[in-house]
Amino acid sequence: MRRRKGYYASKMKRAVHLLFYKRHTKPGVKGWELRKALGADYPKVLKILDNYLKALDLQVKTVFEGEKPVEKPTLEQLDKARFYITLRGDLTPKEAKMIGWRIDDLAGLAITIAYVISKKGKAPRKEVEELLRDKLPGWKVGLNVDRYIRYGYLTQDENEQLYLDWRTRAEIDQKAFIDMLLSK
Amino acid sequence: MSKRKRIKIGREKLQRIIEMCKSVEERSLDPFLIDVDEAVKTIKKFFPEWEIPEDLCLDAETVYHLASVIKLQSEWVKHRSTSLYTDPFLLTEKLVHIEKEEMVETFLKAWHPIVEMEQISLHSLAEALRYWENLLPLSERWQEFQPSEIRTSPATREELIRQRILREKAFSEELESFWQELKNKVKEKGVEGKIRYWDFVGAETYEETVHRAFLTSFLVTYGYASLEIQSLEEEIFIKPNEKPAAKTRKKQLVSIPIAVTTEDWTKWKKGELQ
Repeated sequence: MRRRKGYYASKMKRAVHLLFYKRHTKPGVKGWELRKALGADYPKVLKILDNYLKALDLQVKTVFEGEKPVEKPTLEQLDKARFYITLRGDLTPKEAKMIGWRIDDLAGLAITIAYVISKKGKAPRKEVEELLRDKLPGWKVGLNVDRYIRYGYLTQDENEQLYLDWRTRAEIDQKAFIDMLLSK
Repeated sequence: MSKRKRIKIGREKLQRIIEMCKSVEERSLDPFLIDVDEAVKTIKKFFPEWEIPEDLCLDAETVYHLASVIKLQSEWVKHRSTSLYTDPFLLTEKLVHIEKEEMVETFLKAWHPIVEMEQISLHSLAEALRYWENLLPLSERWQEFQPSEIRTSPATREELIRQRILREKAFSEELESFWQELKNKVKEKGVEGKIRYWDFVGAETYEETVHRAFLTSFLVTYGYASLEIQSLEEEIFIKPNEKPAAKTRKKQLVSIPIAVTTEDWTKWKKGELQ
């Protein structure tokens, strides 16, 4: 029993190293990378780690390929998924400020994401900028949208259409956000 | 209505359908703005008129764009049926009227930022120190790339000949004197104005022999000499011409390979080569 505990403890440490430290340009680790480093039982290691992180208000977040979350993922789906460590609970506006976000920029991000969701995941940049210009200074609007793109919240195609990108899928509970917004 | 006029109207109508479909695709307009049934009827109506490939391509393009719109319509229906669907108008209204602080408060409840760390470890520090210790100072490393100073002076012709950059004589000069040598040898040792091939090309060393054979081949090719082959006796003679023979196109030129092997050269040296 003790040996088994030790086995998972060392694997958990290895998983923490892989998940917490940025190894590529994008954060997070692919499932197949975890399988290579931790062995075939990596989903179990991640489950133990997730339980452990609960007390620290952190969680292991799985983002599957494609738009939608998967209820009962197969090993193949897990291998292709990307795993992150994210905050489990939520931040207060003061805390958000402390991690480098001005309230204006954060509100702009929220408006942009909500608008793109309302347009079925695709909205013209021009329309988004018009909406932001209503409450943000004009010179800042373009810069902010560029910043959201750079961070990975949004992506833009050659026709200047904005889409939600990997970071939005990893960090934002889109359904909860829209529900809360509509219930205001 | 004449056929030509019908074709013209048909083209215009298909172009219009394509433009409409494109605007829906590119500007994310409501895909249900396009009456697909009507568009299909138009495509069907004009299809028998198309004869040239350009018109058939236009027809195919229209079908393609219409299919894209149908795909968008299906996505729209799918989206509306999911729990994520919200009326865009309602949501836009909310977004316009909501206060900045309220928006941030709502967003923060749904936002779980990724934890990313960038930190140097003791191990990496130790590695870096080891690397630093082994790293040569710039002054030493850059010395490797400094070219050593070389005193330059013009090279003499003899030096260039020694290094085989220049030949001692121009090739034509060499060939001319070699022709002269052939004539002299024929006078001395030749019979009936010709000399045995090996008696002419044979030299003290094998390398020299090969060189002479090489030059002889040019003497023959350029018309300074001619070869006489006596097949029965298996003997080859070389005969200098008084003047270089002009090349004639009427005559069929033939190539004759002559092997100059070390065995033959050794035999010739010993006087065994007949």
